[in-house]
Order: sequence, then C-alpha cells, then structure tokens
Amino acid sequence: MADLTLRQVKKSYGNLTILHGIDLDIESGEFIVFVGPSGCGKSTLLRTIAGLEEITSGTLQIAGEVVNDVPPSKRGIAMVFQSYALYPHMTVYDNMAFSMKIGKENKAEIDKRVKQAAEILQLTKYLDRLPRAMSGGQRQRVAIGRAIVRNPKVFLFDEPLSNLDAALRVATRIEIAKLKESMPDTTMIYVTHDQVEAMTLADRIVVLKDGHIEQVGTPMDLYKKPGNLFVAQFIGSPAMNILPATVEKAGASTVITHVGGNKVTVPIATPASAKGATVSFGVRPEDLFIATGKDYLFEGTVDYVEQLGEVQLVYIDIGRADQPLTTKLPGNAEVKRGSVLKLAANAEDLHIFGADGRSFLHQEAAAKAA
Amino acid sequence: MAVASGKSFISRFGVHLAVLFFVVLWTIPTLGILVSSLRDKDQIIASGWWNSFSSSSQTEAGRLPDASAQAEKDGKFVIEGNLFEEGGPARQISAFGLRAAAPTQYEAGAVADLKDGVTLQINKDGSFVMASPKAFEGERGQRVYFAASAPPKFTTDNYRTVLFSEGIGRSFLNSLTVTIPATVIPILIAAFAAYALAWMRFPGRALLIAVIIGLLVVPLQMSLIPLLKLYNGVGVFFGVPVKTYLGIWLAHTGFGLPFAIYLLRSYIAGLPREIMESARIDGASDFEIFVKIVLPLSFPVLASFAIFQFLWVWNDLLVAMVFLGTEADQIVLTAKLNALLGSRGGDWEILTTSAFVTIIVPLIVFFSLQRYFVRGLLAGSVKGG
Repeated sequence: MADLTLRQVKKSYGNLTILHGIDLDIESGEFIVFVGPSGCGKSTLLRTIAGLEEITSGTLQIAGEVVNDVPPSKRGIAMVFQSYALYPHMTVYDNMAFSMKIGKENKAEIDKRVKQAAEILQLTKYLDRLPRAMSGGQRQRVAIGRAIVRNPKVFLFDEPLSNLDAALRVATRIEIAKLKESMPDTTMIYVTHDQVEAMTLADRIVVLKDGHIEQVGTPMDLYKKPGNLFVAQFIGSPAMNILPATVEKAGASTVITHVGGNKVTVPIATPASAKGATVSFGVRPEDLFIATGKDYLFEGTVDYVEQLGEVQLVYIDIGRADQPLTTKLPGNAEVKRGSVLKLAANAEDLHIFGADGRSFLHQEAAAKAA
Repeated sequence: MAVASGKSFISRFGVHLAVLFFVVLWTIPTLGILVSSLRDKDQIIASGWWNSFSSSSQTEAGRLPDASAQAEKDGKFVIEGNLFEEGGPARQISAFGLRAAAPTQYEAGAVADLKDGVTLQINKDGSFVMASPKAFEGERGQRVYFAASAPPKFTTDNYRTVLFSEGIGRSFLNSLTVTIPATVIPILIAAFAAYALAWMRFPGRALLIAVIIGLLVVPLQMSLIPLLKLYNGVGVFFGVPVKTYLGIWLAHTGFGLPFAIYLLRSYIAGLPREIMESARIDGASDFEIFVKIVLPLSFPVLASFAIFQFLWVWNDLLVAMVFLGTEADQIVLTAKLNALLGSRGGDWEILTTSAFVTIIVPLIVFFSLQRYFVRGLLAGSVKGG
C-alpha cells in the first residue's frame, strides 16, 4: 500500500534533458500506465521511480517518504523487465528466492513464499528448471513471480509483453489484469507503447511526449475528451481525422466552417475572442457514418478501401491533397472505389482544438477552475 | 553450425576437407615426437619414426668364438655357431664384412676368403662356418661386421631416464609452481577490475580503461629490465632474495593483466544490463552481484583467459630466464630443454622425450577447457539468448 508523488521530477544526461519536470500523483492501489511514442521518456520515468536512474532535480515520494536517495532495494518496489532479466545460471526456484536469500531471511519463510508465488503463476512444476529450458511466456511468469515474492508496495512493469507473440500477449495481459485484481492494495505502474494494453489494463493512463506529461486520465476520458491534438491522435486507431477550420460563431456552442466547406455546430464552448480564429477540427474514423438525411459533414469520392472483415477502413478524398479522410465503416456496408459518399457524425463526437493544439473543452474547464 | 548448413554440400565438403588437412598437418609433428620418444635409441638413429612400425636394418659388429671352440672335421679345422642368441627375436642378416670400412662386403650365404686358405660363410639366419686347413690360434676370435634386420622396439626407458636422471621431472614441478599461481592471480585481480570498469560509475573510469588498453601494446622486452631492477630494489628493502618464485608470479601477473582486463571487461560489459539492475532491485550489493551473478556467467571467458595465460606462462622462456635462477630447484622446463639442447644435442631420445613431457600439460589444459570457448552460458536469460 503506497501512494506515489512526483514533484517537478527532472532527469538530464549532461545537456540532454529527458524529463522536464514531471508532476504526478498516484494513489495507493491504482493501476497506472505510462504510454507514449519511442523516446518520450516513459521508461526513464519508470527507472527513476525504481531508483535505477538518479533524479536530477525534484522529489519523489513513496508512501509519504522522500526516496530520492534511497537505493532501489529499500524502496519497496519490484520490477519486471522487458527482457525478463532472469539469472540464467539459476533454477526458477533460485531466481525467485534470490532477493530473500540476499536479505538473509530464514529458509522456511523463503520456501513458503516461493511456493506460494509459484502456485499463483502455475509454475510449481517448473521450479527445478533453468530459464533456458522454458518458453517466453513461462520466463515472463517467472519474472513476475520474482517480483511477487518480494511482496512489494509498488509493482513496476517495463514493457513486459513486447517480447511475446501476439496470442501469448493477449493471454498474459489477462493474467496481469487478474493478478492486479488479486492484489487490490498494490500499486502497479506499467510502461507500454501499445495503446491496447494501456486501454485494457489501466485505471488511469499517463500520456507522455518528449519528457512532458500530455494528459492524465481514465482510458475513456482520454478517448472521449482528449486534451490536445497529440493525445487525440495517439489514442485510437486509426488516428483521429484533423482538419483546419474557422470559427464562425463563438459562445456556449461553436459554429465552425471546415475544409469541406460545411458549417457545423459543435457543442463545445469557446471564448468570444476565438471568433474568426483558425482552429483544428477533429472527428474519429469510427464516429463517422454514412449520412442518410440532408445533413452531412463531408462529401467525397472513395479513394481506397481496406476490408478487415468486421469493419472496413475507407479513405475518402475530400479535396485535401495526400490527406484523405479516414473512416471506419461496418464491414457489410457496400462501398465502391470511386463512388461518392456523404458522411455525418453525432455532434457530441466532434472535437475542436485551438491554434496551440489544446482542446477547447479543457480550456473551458481550466478557465472555470481558475 | 547455422552458417555451414546454409551452404551447398560441395562447399561444406570442401570446408571439412580443408579442416581435416590442417588437423593432420598440425598433428603429425606431435605424433612424430611421441613415437620417437618411445623408440629405442639405436633405432632412432637408424631410421625415421615413420618406419618405426616395420623392421629396420642395422649394422652391427660381433666377434666369433676364439680358438678353443674349434673342432677338427675332414682334415679341416672348423668353428661353427650362430651370431644371434638362441630364443631371441627373429632377425635376418642381409650382408656381412670383415673390416669396419666395408661392413657389408659380402652377401649373406657367400663365402668370404680370409688369408691363408681360411674361409668364412655367414648365412641369413646368423649361422656361420669358419674353416681353415691349419689349427686356429690365439685368444681372440675373428672380428665380423654384419647388417641385420631388427624388429620394432618400443620402450618407456627414455621417460624414466629423462624424468629421474636428467632433471626434467624436477623442472616439470618448477614449471607448475610458476604457472599455476601466475594463472590464478591475474584472473582474480582482472575479474574484479573488469567488473568495476564495466559496471561501476566512478570519475576517471574512461581514462583508466584507455591506459589499460595502451598497456597492451607495451613490448615485454622493453619493460623487462626496469621491472627487474624495481623488483630487486624493493626486494633489498624487504630483505628478499633476488630470484624467487614470488618475483616471477608478480612479473607474469603484470604482463598478463592488461590483456586479462581487456578481455574480461569486454565480455562482462556485454552481459545484459537488466540482469544487474534486477539484482540491484533484489537488494544485491556490487560485491554480491559480482560473486553471485557476474562470476558464474563469466565462466567461459575466465576459462579462455586461463588457457591463454597458462599456455603463455608455461611456454615462456624469456621472463623465466630473467626472474628465476638456473639451479635445479628453480629451472623451468623451457630453460631446461634449452640447456639439454646444448649438452645432449645428439641424443634424440632424450630431446624428443623431454619435448613431449613439455607439451603434455598444455595439451591436457587445452582439451579439458576448450569446450568453454564455444559454449554460451547465457542461453535463456534474455530473448534470443
């Protein structure tokens, strides 16, 4: 049971700054996922929490105690590495018992806890094996078992599934979710670049980019109300369509004209000063549907179709060079290449972002809060 | 081998043929020394080792019985007998002669004419008949020379001689006394240094590595005498004699360390970082990580360095000449072999046997540890490992 508090945590190597002042509060028992593109600093952030990297400035508290200078083993954390990092010359049993042997605990206690962890992870049969005699999934379970045995307050996962094949990845993902359920008091922090893992596992997701936190929120929050253009395009696949637009009328709900030429009313409040401003208008491919009535958002010719069976991705030329509109339509809809489609979307599924890339939704909320 | 399996049968066949060729080429001299060392010393002179399994022809000298063995027969005086002992190995005479200058003057079975009507006939089986119209006189029998075939003769006498009377046995022990500590000490020091240089952060680490790499190219000959002077100076201070085993251990350690640290460091630096970090999170100190994780995983490289260092020290002559005396209690095998070459230069049975005694240990070391050259202990720790 431990909550984590990060205050202005910075990490730099010489002149190269990796983390630019991270502020984050993690509550006890939460499952937090750090997600972001390669090189965004998510692994570095995890490693500073683990104590494998020193913090350049700022403070890190675990359970109310500043742990900046506390060695990793004293922080009450356990870490599961991407490459498993098992000790290749030790049996599964010895791998799991290593930390307790170093800690000089008594043998009966070691035996009890190792057997218990093996039971949870169905490794009892393999306790005498060496890691090289096991499959990737089993090795990953040993790595998790090694973490469980330490009985940590905080679990850290560094891309634990990226070395597994697709089928095993799904199975292990579910196992991790169940593991979390069985240990409701343990805080877990999980780093991944796979947004499916992030969406399915997380209580809250932290989206990172270039060493900054872009947004923190529940998976559905991030999906429904992305705080800025980056989050909007990072979460969801295929990425959200973003089109330039002009504000016609500001107020409690906003009227904009987008590239397609149509006027749309978006139920998002904008300040009066935004009138006439250039903004970005966003709509997710899966929120678009073929318009049946007179009202429609876009009209264009079908440029290309990717049939996935359940759904089909339809790329529509709406007059923007090289940037077709992506839509996700049901697999059984009859769409022919070259035909003209009219598309609409529900008003609450539309997004607008200011010139600085931030969503007006959140700007309004911030303004209210201030 | 993954690489070879991708190639065609012909190229694989070619590779195998080439390997076989070099193996045979490199093994033959060793085999020659071994065979020669087991042969009788007279046979070594008579024929090459490759003929040692068939009979060789040897020229020998003998003396016939004296006058007391004569018998009178049909008015002639005759001495009869056999040159070879009864029950000895079957031998054959191909030719004989009466003078040392022409030992094979007559074919076997021919009748040689001596002066005064005396005749001598020696047959293939060694039987002879010497006849004379007058009675033989004198205490000494007739001198004869003959070329006879000799069956192959193998013996371990050479080893007994070399080990116990020529001093090779003692030198063997001296060499072991030098080599074993001179192998173990650098490994101990280098393993610690390599771990620190690979995984511990401290100021000046890069400079230290650069200096060590630089030391790799310092020629041994250049530092030999300054080192000896330094050692002697320090030795005087502590009241230690000039030439001691301790001195040569330190010298070999010093000469071996740069390469040892370089080799071990690059291996240990290549161990997966995550394993060390995992151990650190598990609460292990640097010393525990080194002893419990790094040392067991580095066993292959420790073994391969041990082979290098052992062979190099075992075969070393120069450092031993400088740092050790040439008395029986300090002379090492290489120096002893060198000394034998001078004093017993013609005695091939001594030299080949001594040479074989010298190479036995390196052969054993290589064959017992060579699997660590190829075996990877890392399989299973990380993906693809």
